[in-house]
Amino acid sequence: MNEASLNNLKAIEGAGAASGLRNWRFVKDRWVRHVMAFGGISVIVAVLLIFFYLLSVVLPMFRPAALEARAEYGVPGGADAETLYLGTEEYAEIGLRLTARGEVIFFATGDGHVLDSKRLPIPAGASITAVGAGEPSQGAVAVGLSDGRALLFQAQYINTYPGDKRRITPGVRYPLGPAPLKIAEDGQALTRLAVQSHADQTTLAATTEGDQAILVSFKTSRSLLGDTTAVERKAAVIPATYGGVTHLALSVKQRDLVLASAEGFLLYYDITNTPHLIDRVNAVSNGARITALAYLSGGISVLTGDSRGRITQWFPLRAQDNRYSLARVRDFQSQAHPITVIVPEYFRKGFAAADESGSIGLYHATAHRTLLVTEGAGQALGHVAISPRADALMTLDRARGLRFYTVHNEHPEVSWSSLWGKVWYESRQQPEFIWQSSSAAGDFEPKFSLTPLAYGTLKASFYAMLFAIPIAVMGAVYTGYFMSPAMREIVKPTVEIMGALPTVILGFLAGLWLAPLVEQNLPGVFAALLMTPLAMILSAWLWTRLPASWRQSVPEGWEAAMLMPVIALSIMLSMGLSAPLEAFLFDGNMRAWLGRELGLAYDQRNSLVVGIAMGVAVIPPIFSISEDAIFSVPRHLTLGSLALGATPWQTLVRVVLLTASPGIFSALMIGMGRVVGETMIVLMATGNTPIMDFNLFTGFRALSANIAIEMPESEVNSTHYRVLFLAALVLFAITFISNTIAELVRQRLRLKYSTL
Amino acid sequence: MKSLRTWFESGSPWVWLSAGAVSLCLIAVFGLIYLIAVNGLPHFWPARIAEIDYRDADGARQILIGEIVDRELKTGADRASGGEAQVLMKLGNRDIYGLDFRWVSERGITRIEYPREIIAVEREEWGNLYGYLAGVEEGGRRVVSADDPIAELGARLGRRHELKARISHIEKDLIGGVNYEMENLRLRQRRLELDGVKDPGSFAAIRDSQKALEAEYERLNGDLAKLNEDIGRDGIVVRVAGGQEVKLPVAKVIRVYQPNRMSVAEKLGHYVEKIGEFVSGDPREANTEGGIFPAIFGTVLMVLIMAIVVTPFGVLAAVYLREYAKQGLFTRIIRIAVNNLAGVPSIVYGVFGLGFFVYFVGGTIDRWFFPEALPAPTFGTGGLLWCSVTLALLTVPVVIVATEEGLARIPSEFREGSYALGATKAETLWRIVLPMASPAIMTGLILAVARAAGEVAPLMMVGVVKLAPSLGLDGSFPYLHLDRKIMHLGFHIYDVGFQSPNVEAARPLVYATALLLVLVIVALNLTAIRIRNRLREKYRAAEY
Repeated sequence: MNEASLNNLKAIEGAGAASGLRNWRFVKDRWVRHVMAFGGISVIVAVLLIFFYLLSVVLPMFRPAALEARAEYGVPGGADAETLYLGTEEYAEIGLRLTARGEVIFFATGDGHVLDSKRLPIPAGASITAVGAGEPSQGAVAVGLSDGRALLFQAQYINTYPGDKRRITPGVRYPLGPAPLKIAEDGQALTRLAVQSHADQTTLAATTEGDQAILVSFKTSRSLLGDTTAVERKAAVIPATYGGVTHLALSVKQRDLVLASAEGFLLYYDITNTPHLIDRVNAVSNGARITALAYLSGGISVLTGDSRGRITQWFPLRAQDNRYSLARVRDFQSQAHPITVIVPEYFRKGFAAADESGSIGLYHATAHRTLLVTEGAGQALGHVAISPRADALMTLDRARGLRFYTVHNEHPEVSWSSLWGKVWYESRQQPEFIWQSSSAAGDFEPKFSLTPLAYGTLKASFYAMLFAIPIAVMGAVYTGYFMSPAMREIVKPTVEIMGALPTVILGFLAGLWLAPLVEQNLPGVFAALLMTPLAMILSAWLWTRLPASWRQSVPEGWEAAMLMPVIALSIMLSMGLSAPLEAFLFDGNMRAWLGRELGLAYDQRNSLVVGIAMGVAVIPPIFSISEDAIFSVPRHLTLGSLALGATPWQTLVRVVLLTASPGIFSALMIGMGRVVGETMIVLMATGNTPIMDFNLFTGFRALSANIAIEMPESEVNSTHYRVLFLAALVLFAITFISNTIAELVRQRLRLKYSTL
Repeated sequence: MKSLRTWFESGSPWVWLSAGAVSLCLIAVFGLIYLIAVNGLPHFWPARIAEIDYRDADGARQILIGEIVDRELKTGADRASGGEAQVLMKLGNRDIYGLDFRWVSERGITRIEYPREIIAVEREEWGNLYGYLAGVEEGGRRVVSADDPIAELGARLGRRHELKARISHIEKDLIGGVNYEMENLRLRQRRLELDGVKDPGSFAAIRDSQKALEAEYERLNGDLAKLNEDIGRDGIVVRVAGGQEVKLPVAKVIRVYQPNRMSVAEKLGHYVEKIGEFVSGDPREANTEGGIFPAIFGTVLMVLIMAIVVTPFGVLAAVYLREYAKQGLFTRIIRIAVNNLAGVPSIVYGVFGLGFFVYFVGGTIDRWFFPEALPAPTFGTGGLLWCSVTLALLTVPVVIVATEEGLARIPSEFREGSYALGATKAETLWRIVLPMASPAIMTGLILAVARAAGEVAPLMMVGVVKLAPSLGLDGSFPYLHLDRKIMHLGFHIYDVGFQSPNVEAARPLVYATALLLVLVIVALNLTAIRIRNRLREKYRAAEY
């Protein structure tokens, strides 16, 4: 219509002096139209932006890992000597290769050229017969010799910054001196070796040619002046090895030793003092063999790989009688060929495994996640090394040389099942839901289970809605249907103001005023919950007893105002009765009584307090929307009902509520959305402990409060950060769904009213 | 009995019950405001200071001086039998006793008096000091006090306040300005280096300015040292409960008064003065004392910027929805989107603001425009701008809904009349529709401001801090510092109430802050409601 009128205008005026102005006006009109469209569409864009931005932060967590081949070259330093060990440093710029001749070759990982080569001081006549590496983050490597001795060394990388550029100088140091240490008393060659060395304590476990398993520990003590060091050696024979030992592993704390036997048994020893067997379990199914054994970082879990490609995680559990046993925690069956080597990551609970076909798998233990399995080339990989930051990986075999990969695996800790399901964390008795995102310890296993938080949110919502729904809906019914217009003019804005009260103030009052009050007057609170409705009905009945002339002096629809003093009185009376009630019914202390008789714990800041405070926060939206729906029920419906002889209450229940029920439903949905996302009240009025029980008298930690607490200290783009974004996305999704349903219902209701 | 049954069947009790629900809501609202007022307002009233003789459970006798703050019966069985009452005394003198509140058994109080000579000393540190004025010192020597030591002290306090104002001016404005300039110079130099400028002239100019500033700084520092020496001249000696004499430099004293001697008018004056200080002063003692001016200032500034951002977008979107878009599925989707945006939890906005605005947009701005400051972030960390923008996003639905409602109420005759006179749609909008809708826009804006002023959760992530060193608006170019962290009333309540080491002492202050915030929000909402009601009346008249 407007377009047409403009064209008419143009036609009538024709060309002339005014046409410039007219064109300008026309352009302006066009322009405004575009600007307006931009404004409208930008709102949708904003909603989509929030959603997609949150999603874009969350999604990388669920992406599988990727290996990106960076370089491929022949075995650095020549393939004529066998490789015994492969390693790298912090920045994965320099690789280390130990050969059977006792050479430590440092090479550039980028192209394989040898940077430096050191020869281990191996005595003449002896040769290397075994090698063992300690916890990767400690970097100790030991070689076992044919004369029953062993040599411990550590690669050392010194970073210097000449000209603002990083230069890494590799070197080798010998924590226990360059002289070999005696391991086997009888001088038999060592066949297998495991080592852990930390500060002044070093432990080596070895098997000898004579199939004897021995354990030797060295304790270094420095003299006061620091010029001489004394090394104390302790040796023991490991008992009960049940035949041939195929693998050995020592925990980083040098307190546990795990052996794998040829028959597929896993033997778990306590080596704190004299080594003794704690538990012996069959680790493989019939016919399979244990083909790899390694500790996961942190030294609690052991991983076994078997000849069928299965990898199993084990850790010791303490039973009721204080006895430990090795528990089978989880299996990974993603590779089909015998596992040849398992390499743990340095700091996370992830590991890489290679099998006989040459395929590599990347796994994460806690998340029970197989992140990647590469196609094998048909030939077993002799060695696999992971860089300390777990962002690079090297494989080496004699035939094909060395391959260097960049690993894209930033968030292995999280999987859908570990976020929402029970997870068996290290040293826990059984799978559990735990949220514990950080700790002071470096080798901490982060526990990202959103279930306790979601549970807290639900608990809060449940109690808040329980408190709010009756009050809000009944209040709406009264205000929308019975209340006198004059009073309605007061009530509506008052409720609106109630809705505008900042939640930080409600939370503050709940935490600092209500919580102590409830704690001190617990029986009074319950008495008030019970007595207040009774007092209302009682006063209503008394009102009917009053002389008619009195009653008629008050116009209809002012009951709410009259009840105010009654309610105030009944609440005050209940509170006053609190102490006598407590003395009479609960032996003077209701909280203790609750714990004793019902086994309910009591926290000062609990769900009851949150329920009341959050109830107060959601009454207004529920009230306003329900009231709107009830008030706009067409008058002719109610008048018709009344004319047919129904009482006002009957009309309300059978006609008004029935018609308005979709509106009330949508009010509840919107209230639900509010409660779920409310932050300040739950933050301030609960103890914020992520526990899972439905007890009215304990606190909880809600998703929203958790975000508020942990977001400021979470590292950008870390897994923790992304998990918190996921929590926000969950909140967004819940409220999005409930609001959309509410809005659709409401729009339909409006349509219905207009046709009635 | 029958009448009772018919009464129940008529549904009348249920009507009353539902009326009770409304009453409960009303009681909740008025009760809350009353509660906050009752706890917050008396804080500034000069309370009487009692001197009591106290015999504790072990029979030891003590003299205590302090305000009686609270009285409570012990919990449990004792309480039921009317048992032992305890009173909470604010003893002050935290530096001497370690804690400034103490519960004492009422039974142990053998004498209670309110001596007129007791003074309360408000200090910059350690909270209040209660006791008797024993003397005034100048340069470490006891001054023979005049007849009225309080008056003597008054004059010296006046001098102290004057000196303090000068010190504060030098420290905050002058030296602060110099530091700000120095930092700017450093950044300019870094910028030149980054740009690869080799011209020694530009560097020399910067060095010259730096030299000048350093000289200025030295001079100011000299002035400051002299003033500090001056202000340290006087001291007072206070005899606290138990007879111990405590020396206190006047420099640390803010106010000395004798509440037991004050008349009601004097108390009223004191009260007004304290409220003035509360509203206009800086916080002290980890925010548990002093004023909340930076928090008020931060809140207002943030909300103003938010209003500037939110209004055009909200109005644009509403006008588009109502006047331009073809009503149908698309507008329905937009309306649902708007309502969804209103329902999204505020904490989600905070997360979004942190990730998107602070880290993504802010980080990009830093890389493009402020490379000289890196790795220290300029906009890549929470700040005033991001608080405002996040809240603008949060409140845009409020403005849209209110504006749309206003537009819907304008009878179409007005638009049609305008078209009939040959106006274009844009002209009609600008001259007829928007002016008529302006009260509705205003309502929306007021509601948005009220919502923003009370919101805390998202702000905790995008730049509100417990103590901001400088205000977002000051005398240094460019005057409005969008990158600075701000303080906020709501966050102040959360922080002081829950994170402060001395919650008991801070509680009245939190109530007072809460009262201020509630009053502002209630006033804003009432204004919005008034405007809306007037608007409805007006158009009801126009429709017929």
